[in-house]
Amino acid sequence: MKLVGAISFYALVVVIVVVAVFPFYYAVLTSFETGTAIFQVNYLPVSFDLGNYVAVLTSRNFPISILNSVFIATMTVLFSLFLAVTASYALARVPFRGRSTLLLAILAVSMFPQIAVLAGLFELIRFLGLFNTPWAMIVSYTIFTLPFTVWVLTTFMRGLPVELEEAAIVDGASPWIIITRVFMPLLWPALATTGLLAFIGAWNEFLFALTFTASETTRTVPVAIALLSGASEFEIPWGAIMAASVIVTVPLVLLVLVFQRKIVSGLTAGSVKG
Amino acid sequence: MATVAAPAQPISPKGRSELKAQRVRAAMWFLLPMVTALFLVAAWPLLRTIYFSFTDTTLNDLGGGEWIGLQNYLSWRTLSSGRTIFRGVLADPNWWNAVWNTVYFAVVSVSLETVFGVIVALVLNAEFRGRGLVRAAVLIPWAIPTIVSAKMWGWMLNDQFGIINDLLLKLGLISEKIAWTASPDTAMLAIIIVDVWKTTPFVALLVLAALQMVPREIYEAARLDGVNPVKVFFRVTLPLIRPALLVAVIFRTLDALRMFDLVYVLTPNSSATKTMSVIARENLIDFNKFGYGSAQSTLLFLLIAGFVLLYIRLGRLNLGGRGL
Amino acid sequence: MANIELRSVRKSFGAFEVIKGVDMDIRSGEFMVFVGPSGCGKSTLLRLIAGLEDITSGQLLFDGERVNDCAPSRRGIAMVFQSYALYPHMDVFQNMAFGMKLSGAGREDIEKRVKKAAAMLQIEKLLDRLPRQLSGGQRQRVAIGRAIVRDPRVFLFDEPLSNLDAALRVSTRIEIARLHKEIGNATMVYVTHDQVEAMTLADRICVLRDGVVEQIGTPLELYNHPQSLFVAGFIGSPKMNFLTGRHSQPFGCATVGVRAEHIEITSEGVWSGRVIHSENLGSDTYVYLDIEAQEPVIVRQPGTVAFKPGEALRFSPMPREFHRFDAKGKPLPRH
Repeated sequence: MKLVGAISFYALVVVIVVVAVFPFYYAVLTSFETGTAIFQVNYLPVSFDLGNYVAVLTSRNFPISILNSVFIATMTVLFSLFLAVTASYALARVPFRGRSTLLLAILAVSMFPQIAVLAGLFELIRFLGLFNTPWAMIVSYTIFTLPFTVWVLTTFMRGLPVELEEAAIVDGASPWIIITRVFMPLLWPALATTGLLAFIGAWNEFLFALTFTASETTRTVPVAIALLSGASEFEIPWGAIMAASVIVTVPLVLLVLVFQRKIVSGLTAGSVKG
Repeated sequence: MATVAAPAQPISPKGRSELKAQRVRAAMWFLLPMVTALFLVAAWPLLRTIYFSFTDTTLNDLGGGEWIGLQNYLSWRTLSSGRTIFRGVLADPNWWNAVWNTVYFAVVSVSLETVFGVIVALVLNAEFRGRGLVRAAVLIPWAIPTIVSAKMWGWMLNDQFGIINDLLLKLGLISEKIAWTASPDTAMLAIIIVDVWKTTPFVALLVLAALQMVPREIYEAARLDGVNPVKVFFRVTLPLIRPALLVAVIFRTLDALRMFDLVYVLTPNSSATKTMSVIARENLIDFNKFGYGSAQSTLLFLLIAGFVLLYIRLGRLNLGGRGL
Repeated sequence: MANIELRSVRKSFGAFEVIKGVDMDIRSGEFMVFVGPSGCGKSTLLRLIAGLEDITSGQLLFDGERVNDCAPSRRGIAMVFQSYALYPHMDVFQNMAFGMKLSGAGREDIEKRVKKAAAMLQIEKLLDRLPRQLSGGQRQRVAIGRAIVRDPRVFLFDEPLSNLDAALRVSTRIEIARLHKEIGNATMVYVTHDQVEAMTLADRICVLRDGVVEQIGTPLELYNHPQSLFVAGFIGSPKMNFLTGRHSQPFGCATVGVRAEHIEITSEGVWSGRVIHSENLGSDTYVYLDIEAQEPVIVRQPGTVAFKPGEALRFSPMPREFHRFDAKGKPLPRH
């Protein structure tokens, strides 16, 4: 009876792992196949052809898309962290009227469907002359990175000891000094987590990137992959798509695996009461 | 001797101390950039979207729209024959089809994700060798960009060369190849499969975090009492992880209701899967019906707002942090 | 260096009044201890003096100057916190120098003052360590050192010893007393709930209860002449015995208070009781007597004396060594 239990438990574990990993494994497998090999279903690696990678990386636009995505995601992270650190200090540490209303409003923004602001944002971005530039994405991504970052950092800052801040006040530190010289060094774990999640969010975003870009040279990676097409409509370049997918996913998967614990704590911060 | 002490001057605007005044002033300056940013990217665009929904604006001429009242939502005209013709989003079968698709997708996928998420979390909460590796493996689908997952699954579900069809044929579960993404009967199923695959880890992680806060002694006590494990789960574990589960379900439902990218990439042009977001964007950008699309966006916003209010009403929840 | 005056100081948090009108003079160079049970408002009072909380009404004067609205850093105070509140990412030197750095002092000046304070506390060797590499006692010294470096008019201590173990608590207490003498001219205000700390450190003690000052006086004044039942019960260890009803009748008052060391066991004693048990501390013996009242009477006998549980004893207060209180808990003149 015990044995049966153990076997079925491990069987379940195996099923979970296979289901979780197989699609990515298969994408990697496919990305190494070219020509007609791609159209034969293989469960195990049979060829190791870097042709797809060479094609993708030497193509005119895909490397540019990668650069676009790196730039946009990095700027989004920096931008939202900068705004969020100061704001969350105010929200966590300074009592003022309307504080809880403001927190609720921020939370509400995080629930906005992106499509609801698309029309207005489209107009704004046209108006500001940002259409078809990376800044269109950097500005608009704050709608989902900022509320999240503010919430997590506010929760985190509330946990920092009050006496530490008071010691700094007695030492003559202004709020700005308290943030930059006393709290910042303690905030690194939270900053890393939120920054990472914001980066992933910006890296993966599709709707805004699709709508606010018009030329192939301004596309981000997800848009480029989604719109990657072959010579004709019926000739979908699966090998190239898979190679491109693997290229943009591997760094992300590595990041997530390395920062596993931080990400889990970030995802659960505040949402699960102790 | 007292070098730190400057002459103390009584500065007291409105009875506030210097310290408090300084802090509140600083707080306002600290909040200003964030509030400005959120106003600019959230509040203002939302208001403009709502405004556009009352106009006949087109994409080519954003400034040239005219106020047409509720016509984008609903208008009617009685013909000389006595027949009444309804126009507007609320009379648009495509819209109602999208509403149905969205709600159907949200209900089914969130339910499945919740069940699978709890199962995976329970497995990860058990102690066994290689648990760390399994947890890492489970995280992988979450780490993969949605577009990439859509493409990966699109390839696997390919009607001619897809591995899924191949596998099912070999196992004898199907007799002929299925056009998963193209056939109206299976397109939604394909979407749901991919979404469940991709977001179950999110639910599992939230639930796992909650599970790990359940004291071990509770299980041990239950085991000593000889309570059946299934009973323990429903009587002890589930009530304890309920708050976390609810949070996960809310966030997942919100995401499901605004779903866009998966459908756009995996099953483009299939009316069996078009969601509200997809159809709204179609009108806004592709069909040059900016006002009409805005009306659809506004309705989706109202739906989600209503859903959120309902949840807040039902269970005064602690909506803390969230994933992206 | 500064004398501090509080004039009808009140503090409310919302509708809840914590400090209900406190008047007090803390003399320049004095070691003043606020003592009282938890929730009496002693820490709040300290934080009002520090400027970390706003005063709701009343006046706070430093050397005759109103400082109600003055920021903490400009009051010339330094504070030692219960949790030490050391900056975890700065080493000891940086911790101690932070305040001076912010006020724009020169490097040599900073170095001189930090070194001097470190020497005073014998922590010179720790200057390049991080707080997490220090023991609790060392952290406390650094926190005190940080206060000394600021060269303040007033030192404020908020239960600084409560996180230390018993042995360290005693040695640090002695250290603080030594520092007060060494620094000489600095006013110190010290909050504790431990009356032994209060008795040993204070020039004067302020006993607080429910946001009101019960009594201010030197330790011996409080010990010998408590102005209320509350003070009588709070100061001194073990707690003063209170006898009421038929026990206090012969003394013509509502309550008789008598300390354990002021009771003699004699066959002519006015009171009688049975031994519950006795604690032998070597130097003294504490005898717990049941007198058919709510609490037993504690009697301190010098040396080791053997009593059997159940033994019936008669006992009296020593002449002139007892306190009489009326029904409101106010003291009556001595016999």
